[in-house]
Amino acid sequence: MAYSEKVIDHYENPRNVGGFGKEDAGVGTGMVGAPACGDVMRLQIKVNEQGIIEDAKFKTYGCGSAIASSSLVTEWVKGKTLDEAMTIKNSQIAEELELPPVKIHCSVLAEDAIKAAIEDYRKKSGASSSETH
Amino acid sequence: MSAVQADVVQSPAVRERPIYLDYQATTPVDPLVVEAMLPYLTQNFGNPASRSHSYGWSAEEAVENARAQVANAIHADPKEIVWTSGATEASNLAIKGAAHFYSGKGKHILTLRTEHKATLDTCRQLEREGFEVTYLDVQENGLVDLEAFRAALRPDTVLASILFVNNEIGVIQPMEEIGKILREHKIIFHVDAVQALGKVPVDVETIQADLMSLSAHKIYGPKGIGALYVRRKPRVRIEAQIHGGGHERGMRSGTLPTHQIVGMGAAAELAVRSMESDNRRIRQLRDRLLEGIMSRVDEVYINGDMEHRVPHNLNLSFAFVEGESLIMALKGIAVSSGSACTSASLEPSYVLRALGKSDELAHSSIRFGIGRYTTEEEIDETIALVAAKVGKLRELSPLWEMHLEGIDLNSVQWAAH
Ligand SMILES: Cc1ncc(COP(=O)(O)O)c(C=O)c1O
Ligand code: FES
Repeated sequence: MAYSEKVIDHYENPRNVGGFGKEDAGVGTGMVGAPACGDVMRLQIKVNEQGIIEDAKFKTYGCGSAIASSSLVTEWVKGKTLDEAMTIKNSQIAEELELPPVKIHCSVLAEDAIKAAIEDYRKKSGASSSETH
Repeated sequence: MSAVQADVVQSPAVRERPIYLDYQATTPVDPLVVEAMLPYLTQNFGNPASRSHSYGWSAEEAVENARAQVANAIHADPKEIVWTSGATEASNLAIKGAAHFYSGKGKHILTLRTEHKATLDTCRQLEREGFEVTYLDVQENGLVDLEAFRAALRPDTVLASILFVNNEIGVIQPMEEIGKILREHKIIFHVDAVQALGKVPVDVETIQADLMSLSAHKIYGPKGIGALYVRRKPRVRIEAQIHGGGHERGMRSGTLPTHQIVGMGAAAELAVRSMESDNRRIRQLRDRLLEGIMSRVDEVYINGDMEHRVPHNLNLSFAFVEGESLIMALKGIAVSSGSACTSASLEPSYVLRALGKSDELAHSSIRFGIGRYTTEEEIDETIALVAAKVGKLRELSPLWEMHLEGIDLNSVQWAAH
């Protein structure tokens, strides 16, 4: 399988690897996928009082495209509001990384992960942040 | 060092290509084999079937000489060797040919779940034609359970097909015992000995094989040539699958590729001659590779029995890393993986699944195939690379983190997607 240069770059120099304390204030965690499917993505966001994502971290068990997709979205969500981050589409990720059709599901997983992290943050921080809807 | 060897073995400083550790996929042609083949492409290009002139005669002589070389390598008679385009064709001819010929006696075939696709897909085709096939499970170590094997035989079983040495995990089946059981029951015994020749002694008498598939390109011969052994005493009959000029006593028509055949003959002779020294060297390299990886990397699992196994194969699963990213990380070495993503089928290795391995471990398996030209230097580089890359991928892996925290991954509710 030939990978695009962008995939290889993210794969070899993944951005924002790591994590935050799950219970820390302002942290939302999204964990999607399953080991049996060959991919598990954990994406975490740290949201400040203005409702802006000021930091993001990931860890991914999966193919090169899955690693690259999650690395890319950690870059993209930083500085965005939750609503803005919610609009990130897997097709944008796939386009940016030039993923071939068989690798589209890896980008879908990254979209799912960011949505799951935002939901988790909203659930944890209760009604107050839901009002930003 | 000869030119061919120089092509395969590269010094690290000038290494332009990955280290080749995929000798179960194919092998480079040995320089001695190339040398033997060349005159039959240019000088002695005659058609071995041409009876009317010396071009044909000298080609025929070369073909018969090679036939004797291959026969000797498996302790058979030259008259029992039929040339084919490779082992895939040999197994098709053996299994379909015998099943069709003996279908009046019964329509049940016995084989293993861990066979090569050349056998499995041929059996699937026969199922579509109305045969019944049992794909017997193997034990966790990849070896057949002889009691289960015996129990799977039926009164209408006409043929059993067994892989001598497994191409993915290198385990050696108890062929003598299997041969004995089958002979007792008068069941035709087809053996895929592709990965066995040159690695373990292959003797059609000791194992009482009736049919045996061989391939040149796994024994430092050229691709596109193989052979089927067909027993004459007691006589085993097969129906031809390819019809034409009646070559190979009607069992396989088609002009014989003299140069390929000469290459297979030379390779077979060389394989037997260098078996002991090859094995000794390769075993040392295998042990070095295994110890090197095991001492540097945690949570590595060996797939397949270590005792009943050729040293040329080491199949390891690296827990908590995913197979395709591992292959990507190991691009400095040419290996094969049981991962779904790298194979055409999108299923993790059916061989590892048959051993009862979880999908995760099947996904993260790497087959290291060591061969005649592998060097200690290459093994050491491989160890270093594997240790570094697995370490790097585990730092990226949420599963590794959870493992370190003592979380049992089986207890986690995974969000399906
Ligand atoms: C065990 C086994 N059987 C059969 C084959 C098929 O041989 P060939 O490539 O000559 O068709 C192979 C090689 O892929 C093999 O490893
Ligand atoms: S995780 Fe297997 S294809 Fe992306």
